Amino acid sequence: MSRLPAPWGTRIDRLRPVRFTFEGRAFEGFDGDTIASALAASRQWVLSRSFKYHRPRGAVSMAGAEANTLVQAGHEPNVQADREPIRDGMAVSAQNVSGSLDRDRDALMDRFGRFLPVGFYYRTFMGPRRDSWLKLWEPLIRRKAGLGTIDTAAPHQFFDQVNLHCDVLVVGAGPAGLSAAIVAAKAGADVVICDENPEPGGSLTYRRSDGAALSDLVREARSLPNLRILTGTVCNGWFEDNWLPLIQKNRLYRARARQVILAAGTIEQPAVFRNNDLPGILHGGAVQRLMRHYAVRPGTHAVVLAADGDGYDVAQDLLDAGVTIAALADPRPVGTENGAQAALRARGVEILTGAMIEEARGTAGNRHVAAVKVAGRWIECDLLSVSVGKAPAWQLPCQAGAKVGYEDTSARMVLELARDNVRLCGSISGNIGLEGAIMDGRRVAQAALSSLGHRSLPVTEGRLRPPAANGYAQPLVPHPKGRDFVDFDEDLQIKDLLNAVEEGYSELELTKRFTTVGMGPSQGRHSAVATARIVAAATGRRVGQVGVTTARPPTGPEKLGLLAGHHHALERRTSLHARHLALAARMKPVGSWWRPYFYGAPEQAGELTRQEVDAVRNHAGLLDVSTLGKLEVRGPDAGLFMDRLYTMAHANQPVGKVRYCLMLNEMGSVIDDGVAYRLAEDRFYVTSTTGAVARVYADMLFWNAQWRLKVDVLNLTSAFSGLNVTGPKARAVLEAMESDIDFSREAFPYLGGRDGVLAGVPVRAMRIGFTGEVSYELHCPSSYAPALWDAVIAAGRPHGLRPYGLEASRILRLEKGHILIGQDTDALTTPDELDFTWAVSKKKPFFVGKRSIEMRARLGQKRRLVGLTFPDAAGDLPDEGCLVLRHGNPVGTVTSIGHSPTLGYPIALAYVHAEDSAKGSRISIRCGNGRIVEASVVAHTFFDPENRRQDL
Amino acid sequence: MKLLACPVNGLRNIDEFQSFGPLRETPDPEKTSDAEWGQHLFRADNRKGIIVEWWRHVPSNVFFLAERDTESNEVVRTFLPAETGERP
Repeated sequence: MSRLPAPWGTRIDRLRPVRFTFEGRAFEGFDGDTIASALAASRQWVLSRSFKYHRPRGAVSMAGAEANTLVQAGHEPNVQADREPIRDGMAVSAQNVSGSLDRDRDALMDRFGRFLPVGFYYRTFMGPRRDSWLKLWEPLIRRKAGLGTIDTAAPHQFFDQVNLHCDVLVVGAGPAGLSAAIVAAKAGADVVICDENPEPGGSLTYRRSDGAALSDLVREARSLPNLRILTGTVCNGWFEDNWLPLIQKNRLYRARARQVILAAGTIEQPAVFRNNDLPGILHGGAVQRLMRHYAVRPGTHAVVLAADGDGYDVAQDLLDAGVTIAALADPRPVGTENGAQAALRARGVEILTGAMIEEARGTAGNRHVAAVKVAGRWIECDLLSVSVGKAPAWQLPCQAGAKVGYEDTSARMVLELARDNVRLCGSISGNIGLEGAIMDGRRVAQAALSSLGHRSLPVTEGRLRPPAANGYAQPLVPHPKGRDFVDFDEDLQIKDLLNAVEEGYSELELTKRFTTVGMGPSQGRHSAVATARIVAAATGRRVGQVGVTTARPPTGPEKLGLLAGHHHALERRTSLHARHLALAARMKPVGSWWRPYFYGAPEQAGELTRQEVDAVRNHAGLLDVSTLGKLEVRGPDAGLFMDRLYTMAHANQPVGKVRYCLMLNEMGSVIDDGVAYRLAEDRFYVTSTTGAVARVYADMLFWNAQWRLKVDVLNLTSAFSGLNVTGPKARAVLEAMESDIDFSREAFPYLGGRDGVLAGVPVRAMRIGFTGEVSYELHCPSSYAPALWDAVIAAGRPHGLRPYGLEASRILRLEKGHILIGQDTDALTTPDELDFTWAVSKKKPFFVGKRSIEMRARLGQKRRLVGLTFPDAAGDLPDEGCLVLRHGNPVGTVTSIGHSPTLGYPIALAYVHAEDSAKGSRISIRCGNGRIVEASVVAHTFFDPENRRQDL
Repeated sequence: MKLLACPVNGLRNIDEFQSFGPLRETPDPEKTSDAEWGQHLFRADNRKGIIVEWWRHVPSNVFFLAERDTESNEVVRTFLPAETGERP
């Protein structure tokens, strides 16, 4: 493992060796090395096998622009080997390999490639049978196509999310970004600059430059306290109003910036020729990164392809590092780079102008480049450095609304972004050269500051356009023997794209879908420009007319841990929770609330519930109803407001009276019910069902935002608690307690409401009942509820009172045929279907849903909710949700069913066809086990049909 | 994440808000045919350009109106219903 001497190798610490394994073999690198750089230092260039043909592949960009470098690192799949630092003991393995990386069984796919034409998926996997995809092809493809292995025993990791607010966020800490950040910070703005590399400086850290510019910029940036530099941080997307996720290892910064400056630079583009994917064929930037960052000599005798000035710099660097240059090929005509060519000739380099790499040849098994053919001549080499042009990093700008264009004259992809809160800066907007980048940074920062309201600054007008060398548009002609790759991720060649166009997929979006070009992990970073040029040439259009496809967020890979939320389960408890636990209640979640299901040992559930029902029917019961929605409607228009919202008449409701209230939506469907207790002319205390209160409260405010009546709605759901004291002895229990309320039958009739003090607790008492027995619902401020509960339990002891749970409550209400909104109703239920015409005012000119129920009544009733009993009670019984059939067709469902301990037989509520809804009708129901059972239609109210008991 | 300016609470993340659909006139139920009423209930405009919408700031239950460009998703302005004039 020999490395170049310092100052090569800025990122590595040669005093700290790091040992790791790759494919089971031991390797050693230095602290600061990436997996790929450490392996390259040991001449291990092959990192993976390609997706389709299983060709050996290695790093191309050393900047995460291709899928070749994806490896498995321990339990983590799809790690970018050219960006992930090595750690001691790390076990790295190759992905997409059959057998071993070196001897891949599927490598012969390369020779049979002609049987895998483009679009082959869509043609082949259709048959031979209809289920062939699921049975045959998908399992086969899954075995062939998997990238990496998921380790279900992977250790848990800590991820966190941080909110970050700043005036100016600069993405990319190259010379342009740094200079912009410095200008903005000096003006007093709160600035954050992020960069995916471990150090600031961008291309200055690896390109041929004097080093002073870099150290000046970094020193100045580090000296500014209001300039925060986030290195090793990827900006993974742009979202509306400048919201950007910044990923730093296992941390996600959720950044919100007033101004965003995108200085993300450029992406080097590959040249396309036969066998251009051989390991050892690297971008010029990758060659420089390997040498400057990691002191890795990328070869011993190189060929340099230079279609721009950067290629000549790479050649100079290679000579400095002691690499022999067999030849430099410049495809452009003579006279383009006279100075640079003379300098290289002086160092003994042969320069071939007007010459392109025509094809490359590999070592055995195509494991490394062995020679390249230039102008008809084979030149042996173990490194080919490619510098044929760059594309601006278009992903973030496009998400922010930039338009991608292409200048045919300069053969460059260009971005246009017209926004006053996002700006392009540096080489991303076409400014080439260090001076140009630094000046552009200043200009863009001034414009951003001006948008932030800093007025006293000089603003450089116009757009800076230093004399930039033209790009090079390689003529893209397919090689007769193929293997000229446009997209390395997807193993796509020139002819594949041409075939797609020939098949008629000539629009880029269609070409992409048919060929999958740009769909791999690199998302078109190295393939989009060549694709646009090929499609443009094949369809006789200009490249700008073809364009590139949208690059949606996330821009790079994102771990699920960063997106996962916290495991907080919302849980609401009533103020009586501790009382229930003390009484051994089995608690169950109902929505977010926890409610007692029954009191006592779980194995006795049935018997305990029966006892609780029995207590209510014969003695007295106590139920915690604190989960009910509790709202107060106040104001001079309170009566009018209630009249418009609910179906019954409330404007004329006397003070001290309680009325049932039923709420419809505009479509005329039942959405909620409860009771309204008129506390005063201008005050109603309204309850709603547990699950609906949030929506009812919002709806009330929404309606009144439109009606603008003089009312105000208060949500008291948590502030107030409710206790229901019910049963034939309920009155005796309350009368045994100290109170200023007269609970006698005469003074406090059914549907009355009274305010007063009971056992020292201020209460709102309502005589209503879900159970059908004499009932008092006692509402009080939540802090008093435990005291009131204790007082009721004590007073009730001589009368056989016992607390009862939700299960007993549901049976009690079912015996009375009382509906539960949401269980016995659905999105289409009208009051008519429930036989609730008594609850709908005929006199009111308007209430929400009135127009619609009138209209729906004219359409005719199709179904009705009825009570059911079962002639064969010992036989099969349906479950809730089972279908009601009519002539074999489903017409409704069973909504509630249970065994009535009071009556001694099972009872149910169900929707049946309107014509079957008369008492005595026989209907059939299909049970869960598929058997059909008979049921008889009876009245809703199974128990005490005359409702005598509630008024005893 | 988009920002929305609640007229009471100021600029907040859009996930604090709930959309209540475009502002539209409710036809007089007494003077509307069943067909027109059905249209009112189940059909909505889906226009390009600036529309007025109802929004709710959920934590504080403030209902307000927003003018939004359906093409660019830009919110032009937000205001309380009281600012539109007398109550109906």
